Amino acid sequence: MQRRGVAQTNSEQWVQCAKCRKILFRPDFERAMRVCLHCGHHHRLCARERILLTVDSNSFQETDADLRSVDPLGFPDYADKLRKGAAASGENEAIVTGTAMLGGYEIGIGVMDFSFMGGSMGSVVGEKVVRCFERGAERRLPVILFCASGGARMQEGLISLMQMAKTTAAVSRLQRAGMPYIAVFTDPTMAGVLASFASLADVILAEPGALVGFAGQRVAAQASVGKPPANFQTAEFQHEHGMIDLIVPRKQIRITLTYLLEMFLPVEAPVR
Amino acid sequence: MITIFDFEKPISELESAIAELRQLAAEKGLDRSREIAELEAQRERLLKQIFAHLRPWDKTLLARHPKRPYALDYVRLMCESFLELHGDRLGFDDPAIVGGLAKLGCYRLVVVGQQKGRDLKERQKRNFAMAKPEGYRKAMRLFRLAEKFRLPVLTLVDTPAADPGVESESRGISEAIAQSMLTMFELSVPTVAVIIGEGGSGGAIALAAANRVLMLEHAIYSVIPPEGCAAILYRDPNKAPQAADALRLTSESALELGLIDLIIPEPLGAAHRDPQTTALSVRSAVLQQLDELSRIEPDTLREHRYQRFRQMGVYETV
Ligand SMILES: [Zn+2]
Repeated sequence: MQRRGVAQTNSEQWVQCAKCRKILFRPDFERAMRVCLHCGHHHRLCARERILLTVDSNSFQETDADLRSVDPLGFPDYADKLRKGAAASGENEAIVTGTAMLGGYEIGIGVMDFSFMGGSMGSVVGEKVVRCFERGAERRLPVILFCASGGARMQEGLISLMQMAKTTAAVSRLQRAGMPYIAVFTDPTMAGVLASFASLADVILAEPGALVGFAGQRVAAQASVGKPPANFQTAEFQHEHGMIDLIVPRKQIRITLTYLLEMFLPVEAPVR
Repeated sequence: MITIFDFEKPISELESAIAELRQLAAEKGLDRSREIAELEAQRERLLKQIFAHLRPWDKTLLARHPKRPYALDYVRLMCESFLELHGDRLGFDDPAIVGGLAKLGCYRLVVVGQQKGRDLKERQKRNFAMAKPEGYRKAMRLFRLAEKFRLPVLTLVDTPAADPGVESESRGISEAIAQSMLTMFELSVPTVAVIIGEGGSGGAIALAAANRVLMLEHAIYSVIPPEGCAAILYRDPNKAPQAADALRLTSESALELGLIDLIIPEPLGAAHRDPQTTALSVRSAVLQQLDELSRIEPDTLREHRYQRFRQMGVYETV
């Protein structure tokens, strides 16, 4: 079984690209930040890998790692799903947040992890995102969020829908404080996350080929006259339609973020 | 069109028996009033009995009832006057969202709501109240108008979902929903949202980031339609009734969870049996909220709204 965006890991030395199926030498693949050397397919990263690849070395300090989901509705299988999500991702929730340095600037950062219950947003994800924005507003830190999510977490019912409003409200806090917020859409950025804090960033970047959209492809096709275009709900489609500023290959994300911070923050601000 | 749900069957059977008896009495000139009165009393008892034990799925059907009053029905029945305004000023006017200027008691308001259609033609025109980006952009334009002229905002939420089609995706449906919420959070005028029928996920919350959120007794409010949830959870959309239970999408649950502020009771047998009375209940509930909110300073209103949503979420700290 193969899932989109996941490289085969059946051997220590070799991996197979999930898209073009070509075989890659693992050290080369890792050095290329899990981007296929043949077709350029961006394989998914887990939150910790992303942080390592993005921020200045040894600068990440995790915050709010002590928050845990509960099962407020007694929803079928939720407790089990949480356990499996933790096992699959090695994380306690679908987002890792903290502070870090990037290009010499102190930032608030949040990185979602799709391998924890599809990166879905329940109470803990909502709370951690809000704290990230509030910390940014209080401590005057720019906020950078890497999104990877299928949407709201169904298992928390209406409480998860409210996280859309709660995180949106927190964006307005950061805006009032005049601090920049940059979002990076990675594969996939969908539904309740896309329709709340993700789409409200001052600048939106996306990785090539990432799935970015509101509804599932089948639902979208059913609700439409005619066939959706071939690149429907890709980062490139959203870029064409004005919803994303730039498609940025993984190896250029760090330098692009640094440039944006330089542009938005006062020159004397960087702490080196 | 006649719609009878399973749980309503005994009632409709009695109702046809009453009608038959009435007709018979009229035709034959006989006095059957005692029998009729007895059957009517029986109908009343049955209604009470059935409506006291509605399952979440029954409520889902009621919330979607084709005779249920829609946004413009409420506006007509509860406001002294209403002038509808049109267009998002960006090239579109989405009929799935209606809005305008209304007088309600001593208040002048901006009202925005999702509008379903009564017959097939109107349903299609209004896209089953599934708003496109331009619908939410029209709403935002009206929210800003409210802010400029210091008018309180009333939203009437009734949508299965935001429009998920290719066209909406191309024009940024997600961004429109997010911006609509953000615009509501930035307002410094009182805002009240009433979930009147279906509070369908992102499409609903886009208009419900308000100071006070009220819900009609038999309305539903959910992160996902029960059919969609059943397809994921049980791989069977026909298990929607079980999914409705799991999602806890009723007004009682939303109040218990602290996510809404008040349930507006509906007449016996639900809103569609007596739209007039329902509208008056909505009117008095909204007026009461506005009386309370209009005493609060603009900046405090914004802060209260922030805190209202800020505390939503259930988790533990280890
Ligand atoms: Zn490849």
